[in-house]
Amino acid sequence: MIDKKYRFTIFEDFATADFVFDAFGETLSDLFVACAEACFFAMTDIDKVSPRHELDIELGEENRDELLVAFISELIYLKDVEKMFFSKFNVDVSPDGRTLCAVAGGEHIDYNKHVIKTDVKAITHHDLRIKEENKVFATRVILDL
Amino acid sequence: MDKKKVAEYIWEIPLDQKPGMRVPARIIASDALMQQMDEGVFNQVTNVACLPGIRQYAWCMPDGHWGYGFPIGGVAAFDMEEGIISPGGIGFDINCGVRLVRTDLTVEEVRPKLNLLLDALFRNVPAGVGKSGFVNLNRKGFEDVITHGASWCHQNGYAWESDVERIEQRGCLPGADPSAVSDKAFKRGIDQVGTLGSGNHYLEIQVVAFDDDCDRETAEKLGILRDGQITIMIHCGSRGFGHQIGTDYLQSFGPAMRKYGIVTNDRELACAPISSPEGKKYFGAMACAANAAFVNRQVITHNVRQSFERVFGQQPERLGMQLVYDVAHNIAKVETYQINGKPTKLLIHRKGATRAFGPENPALSDIFRQIGQPVLVGGSMQTGSYLLVGTKKAEELTFGSTLHGAGRVMSRSAAKRQVRGSDLQQQMEKEGILVRTASFAGLAEEAGFAYKNISEVIDVVHKVGISRKVARFLPIANIKG
Repeated sequence: MIDKKYRFTIFEDFATADFVFDAFGETLSDLFVACAEACFFAMTDIDKVSPRHELDIELGEENRDELLVAFISELIYLKDVEKMFFSKFNVDVSPDGRTLCAVAGGEHIDYNKHVIKTDVKAITHHDLRIKEENKVFATRVILDL
Repeated sequence: MDKKKVAEYIWEIPLDQKPGMRVPARIIASDALMQQMDEGVFNQVTNVACLPGIRQYAWCMPDGHWGYGFPIGGVAAFDMEEGIISPGGIGFDINCGVRLVRTDLTVEEVRPKLNLLLDALFRNVPAGVGKSGFVNLNRKGFEDVITHGASWCHQNGYAWESDVERIEQRGCLPGADPSAVSDKAFKRGIDQVGTLGSGNHYLEIQVVAFDDDCDRETAEKLGILRDGQITIMIHCGSRGFGHQIGTDYLQSFGPAMRKYGIVTNDRELACAPISSPEGKKYFGAMACAANAAFVNRQVITHNVRQSFERVFGQQPERLGMQLVYDVAHNIAKVETYQINGKPTKLLIHRKGATRAFGPENPALSDIFRQIGQPVLVGGSMQTGSYLLVGTKKAEELTFGSTLHGAGRVMSRSAAKRQVRGSDLQQQMEKEGILVRTASFAGLAEEAGFAYKNISEVIDVVHKVGISRKVARFLPIANIKG
């Protein structure tokens, strides 16, 4: 399925038990936003999640792949601890891909308001490698459900 | 990849099929199941065969399917000195497992109250993303939970005395080290004790339905007496606590691999030597998550017993609601096996595989010494589940391991394309299976057709002799996370 509204493509039959997508962005920051949107798209209809509460995230890792894993891991952690779904992401990844500042906007999980699809346990490193071709950053991501 | 049949239901991928393989890979499957397995299984099981310190074979059980790192259904044994420990050989959901509770109730007694019962269970057992449990713990209390496991439940009124000896390893993995657990894992797990979670996790009310080749005598010893008897099966794990520990250590093992000069074919096989400080630390954290999962399933059992008490107006003891057994199927444990004629301590990784110790194994509680360890195999929510027992053959052949479930054959998305959750719920009700779910999309993903035929998978392990068929259970009501 190609979702034109968002910048990710979900691979429906790639893995039997997991959620697999390819994400794209003109910048690393855009790519990270696309991955964050896909992660919450797996869990809920993100159009119904109002970004009324904002949380700040600052992270540093040794390379951009690890930084992406750390960023999505942080969002999954915040989902459990704050009991929140997120739908709006402002991300600023440094040019060397080793640090980021982000703001994640969302609201408390509400079973009367939100569409509940599934839970995401973790992001895996499987096949995750950020590539840059023709001024587009792209990577495959597999989430463990 | 060349796969040759070395015995009935046993296939081998030889050393020359991938550079770096230290042992051959072996897959237990019928011809038909072998054809159903995706190529990813063969690639992943041979990646496991390349890991340092692996002994004899990298195994995959007949319910195997593509995972990340290890395949689901993967079993591997590592030397305690030369070998590694890998979160990818255990899974993010550490000590995901299954337990079975028996009752003296019959299907005729339960059917008229099934809706009431399901409502009570749905209220008392929180299910789905973002749900908290009813056990209020401070940090010290949660440290006690993850250090002591099931005995904490007994001391705090969540377990009967007889429950503890009916849990694998008495519900406590030794070596739990709370200091190896991150603050994040504490924060993620502290309010989730007694919650079902999501994905393929469920709480099911079942009816005993013996097949002709079930071992009724053994079943009777385990409290499974007759067709039509009601049982309850619970499938879940360590929740966000275990997921966070898996996440933390997969990240920290990258530098550890460089430090120890370990190279793997897959980043998800990140690992550290068992004997290294990093490896020991992960083992200590993993044991904490294993204990949290034993407690999680026990607290759910407590809430299930209370729900039955409310609906049937009798104490759970009067309803005969004893625990039959509780197994872990995502775990690493130190066990002793004969290697080159010598008893050798090994770290057995089981990812989507169940321990299956045979009779006389000293690790078993006295009550199971004669019959072997009960093995619980959860099928899809439409097709039923099995109680097996472990065998000596499993100890000789597969490091005391057998399968864990039916095994998926269809992706979650493909299942959702074939059926809507609400339609599936209606269809299941027509089949006599009531469903409550936190997510209709999640329900569709778990449709029976998304899984292998469980009877076929069970037949293979029964015929290979790594476990024996004892009883079958058919679902009549299901709560899906």
